[in-house]
Amino acid sequence: MNGIIEGIYNFYEGMGMPADLLPLLPFLTVIALVFIVIIVLMRMLVKKKIMHTKTASFYMFVSVWIIGFLLFTVGPMIFSFYISFNKWEVVSDPQWTGLDNYRMLFKDTLFYKSLSVTFYYTLVSVPLQVILSFAIAILMNLKLRGIYIFRTIYYLPTLVQGVAQMVLFIWIFNPNVGLVNSLLRLVGIEGPGWFSSPDWSMPAVIIMSLWTVGGNMIIYLAGLSDIPQSLYEAAEIDGATAARKIWHVTLPQISPILFFNTVTSMIGAFQTFTQGFMINGGPDNSLLFYAYYLYQNAFMWFKMGYGSALAWVLFVIILVFTAIVFRSSALWVYYETEQNGGRKRRVRQKRA
Amino acid sequence: MSVKKERNSAKKKWHWLAYLLLLIGSVAFLYPFVWMVSASLRSLEELAVSGMSIWPEHWRWGNYAKALTAFPFPQYLLNTLITTVLPIIGTVLSCSLVGYAFARLKVRGSGFLFVLVLSTMLLPGEVTMIPQFILFKNLGMLDTLYPLIVPAFFGSAFYIFLLRQFYSRLPIGLEEAAIIDGCGYFKIWRTIFLPLSKPALMAVGVMVFMGSWNNFMGPLIYINSDKWKTLTLGLAGFQGTYATDTNLLMAAAVVITLPCILLFFTSQKAFMEGLTFSGSKES
Repeated sequence: MNGIIEGIYNFYEGMGMPADLLPLLPFLTVIALVFIVIIVLMRMLVKKKIMHTKTASFYMFVSVWIIGFLLFTVGPMIFSFYISFNKWEVVSDPQWTGLDNYRMLFKDTLFYKSLSVTFYYTLVSVPLQVILSFAIAILMNLKLRGIYIFRTIYYLPTLVQGVAQMVLFIWIFNPNVGLVNSLLRLVGIEGPGWFSSPDWSMPAVIIMSLWTVGGNMIIYLAGLSDIPQSLYEAAEIDGATAARKIWHVTLPQISPILFFNTVTSMIGAFQTFTQGFMINGGPDNSLLFYAYYLYQNAFMWFKMGYGSALAWVLFVIILVFTAIVFRSSALWVYYETEQNGGRKRRVRQKRA
Repeated sequence: MSVKKERNSAKKKWHWLAYLLLLIGSVAFLYPFVWMVSASLRSLEELAVSGMSIWPEHWRWGNYAKALTAFPFPQYLLNTLITTVLPIIGTVLSCSLVGYAFARLKVRGSGFLFVLVLSTMLLPGEVTMIPQFILFKNLGMLDTLYPLIVPAFFGSAFYIFLLRQFYSRLPIGLEEAAIIDGCGYFKIWRTIFLPLSKPALMAVGVMVFMGSWNNFMGPLIYINSDKWKTLTLGLAGFQGTYATDTNLLMAAAVVITLPCILLFFTSQKAFMEGLTFSGSKES
């Protein structure tokens, strides 16, 4: 691949292209050629009546995504899988070592540490986030005056960028002058050192993660506003209390969104990076998040093979967890559209 | 009538409780935020004793000037703008085109491809991160802004999904006349669907803005030289070198956050609608 790039590079250099553009030009050339080939091919297929105009257009339009998918997802995935069986420090050539990276991984104490840190964070913060954002959304869904102000206030923290958030919270959890310990002192408790203590740094990060549940809240709100009002009215006629209405109407109706938020929060939590990076893994590696450890290996120590192996293990873990949540979803997620769709299909089949 | 009144008053009672809870919550959600702004306006000496108070004794606006000259702010801002605006254009164009194809051109294989699009949302970025880095390295694009811009032009699953949902809700008759007139599908997309989807595209644009403006890991991996650094990198570096100058650090953090907040307030409607779309069921 390098040879071709070099060739194109030299061609443009000979034409006197500005140096700033040069890195991009080989890429653009290849992409332009690929698109031209696709368009010509489709035209030919349409002319020979092998393909419908509609089909040809569809594939032409979607090719934008397909090329990106091959270039930035499938290709890298295959390559990463291959690299994970190699010892490769970027400067030298990759060296096939079979399962060595994976074997090394299971002897690596930092790997276990980062795994346990990430599990700790995910298993505690995700349920808290899901419950808190759902509770807030329920309150927000009441028809109160000025509710938009509340919505804005609760959403504001999510606009604070990750690094800025961390900068702010390192200070909020400052043992001497920080907000949290000042507050605790008011009620006569001497707070811990938070980010300087191996036991308290993770709780601090979890509390911080709760500050940004506004994003999830908005998604719940969207779902809540979709619930047909007639269901509540029917429940009211039957004399249901507020709690019962939430349990028997709101929860089943919102469960697909609850499910969606759980899965995305979980995947997000497994990939937590900035918090670990900003504090260099925390005291005693108590904030050595998996993604940060992966970053260290790949981009600080340039162990690309080992990093790739780490990435694949993470992928498998996420896959397993997602599969568990998906499996369990049959028990608690209620799809109205599923039933309707099924019925409609049956009716349609009968007519035909 | 009386039953209804009774029910209403019962509801009112709940409402007061709800207000109270929301108010307490608002304090918790807003306080750190306000504290950050007030910290950015204080002297270091005042910070050390201010505790929970949020009203600075002397408003030191000079902190901002000091914070912004401590690192090459204009350069970083320019880089951030480049890596924000171009991805917005790229994402809006590519995702709209692909989303339109998925919504309106139902052909053999489109269902399967769409499932493929959705499944990429589950793939953690870590798996493709290292090979992508190597890809850009081989293309000679390391330590340039290109890796942060180029992928946006090839569509991303979430926005494709969002726009597909939007397009499939539009009436079927929309393109029929155009087809009879002999319009190609590309022209239909450009002249009918693209203008019609302005609100949805706005929402996508705002979301891409937030994502790119706040992108941290991308610049961290790809960029080394000061010439191409973005604001988030600037802030992270700032934390490293000026960790003790908390007031300046907070000023820099406020400056980075400000555009997102301004944009949020100006585009609140489109933004919320866009988010609502992603969550709500197809009807």
